[in-house]
Amino acid sequence: MALLLRAWVAAVLLALAASAPAAAPDAVPVPPMRALVTDLTGTLTGEQQAALDARLREFGERKGSQVAVLVVRTTGSEPIEAYSLRVVEQWKVGRRNVDDGVLLLVAKDDRAVRIEVGYGLEGALPDATARRIIAESIVPRLAAGDFAGGIDAGVDRILRTVDGEPLPPPAAVPQTLDIGRLVPILLLGPLMFGAAMRKLLGRLPGAGVVAAGVAVLARLLSGLWMVAAGAAVVAFLLTLGGRGVGIGPFGSSGGGFGGFGGGGGGRFGGGGASGRW
Amino acid sequence: MRSLLLALSILAAAMLSSCGYNRLQAADEQVAAAWSEVLNQYQRRADLVPNLVNTVKGAAGFEQSTLTAVTEARARATSVQASASLVSDPQAFARFEAAQAQLGTALSRLMVVVERYPDLKANANFLDLQAQLEGTENRIAVARRRYIEAVQQYNVLARSFPVNLTAKAFGMPLKANFTVPDERQLAQPPAVDLGFTPAAASAASR
Repeated sequence: MALLLRAWVAAVLLALAASAPAAAPDAVPVPPMRALVTDLTGTLTGEQQAALDARLREFGERKGSQVAVLVVRTTGSEPIEAYSLRVVEQWKVGRRNVDDGVLLLVAKDDRAVRIEVGYGLEGALPDATARRIIAESIVPRLAAGDFAGGIDAGVDRILRTVDGEPLPPPAAVPQTLDIGRLVPILLLGPLMFGAAMRKLLGRLPGAGVVAAGVAVLARLLSGLWMVAAGAAVVAFLLTLGGRGVGIGPFGSSGGGFGGFGGGGGGRFGGGGASGRW
Repeated sequence: MRSLLLALSILAAAMLSSCGYNRLQAADEQVAAAWSEVLNQYQRRADLVPNLVNTVKGAAGFEQSTLTAVTEARARATSVQASASLVSDPQAFARFEAAQAQLGTALSRLMVVVERYPDLKANANFLDLQAQLEGTENRIAVARRRYIEAVQQYNVLARSFPVNLTAKAFGMPLKANFTVPDERQLAQPPAVDLGFTPAAASAASR
């Protein structure tokens, strides 16, 4: 019996290992996206990074599109095109459905650079334009060892090119989708279990239990504690009030956007250009 | 009576959703979308070829055989009827695949030969076209990889129990995928083929 169990566990582990994403074992990992400018090589000084980041962030707030910069030492045995796509697929630079993200990737030791363009900007920043930016503004400076200048000049031209493109204005509420997904829980949770819990545990404890349940669910769905807390409050009030059907005040989610929000959900199809120096 | 009916309909709905019909349909649609993207990018490449050939032709004394190979490969590639139903027909799929691979080889040979013509390498129009071709080759690689993943998901679903019964009942066959040697080729950077190896030479002359 124990043997059987052990064999079963081994089989499950094996299956799990086999189903794990089959990226090459020596593939260079994609760093987490903590800011719009990520430098893993220490090439840019703190000030240069901060200035560039502030500039890209300001552009994103004004125009809506997201332009990110990544400097790595090497992309390993992978060509820069493949690595770049893995990065944008993980980072999801650009807005969801507008797909207006751009990544400027520099692989320092490979002496390679790439501009990866999201679907929504393939018209504004076609491959030929991306190539020109690389060949005329970036590569000459990188070849001379001026990394900050090359990246700056490249970003400059990318921003100017994207700026000329009519895009949907930046959204005032960045996370409307979360609210939409939360509405059923906010309403159904208290409605379905609220009455039972009130009867079972009393008014206040019942509301507390329902609120906790909703909070856990909301956290799972949205991945944000702020949203979960807002949902819990709404559920608590709804249960406490004990209304039959009430359209709850579910406007409290979506806040808590103080730090860097990460990629916006943009998609990429391999557009852009690469260059070497 | 009424509650019995309700219970029955709930049971029926539960059975339908557990037999994987909906998931199968979703995966099927995913494959169709991924395949459209592959076709789209191949079409984009084919559309690029006439422009490219015309620009290269302008270069003084450009060798004709390379250009002819590209033009012929393009004609062959576009003559294969590329439709959505190709995915369920392994033979037609293989024909389509072979024709596109031939065009890819011819184009990469062209890009190598071009290196011998400095005035072309200084021609802005040609450089733009070259960037477009490289970008398109990269998009093809991406679209193909996504297609491979979508088909893998669909096929795993359609072969596993009990969804395989549903797939059989509704006549949804497994989808054709790109073959393994192609996948290995995908992992390499596009458009670099020195053209000196006998394999490449014979592929181009075919």
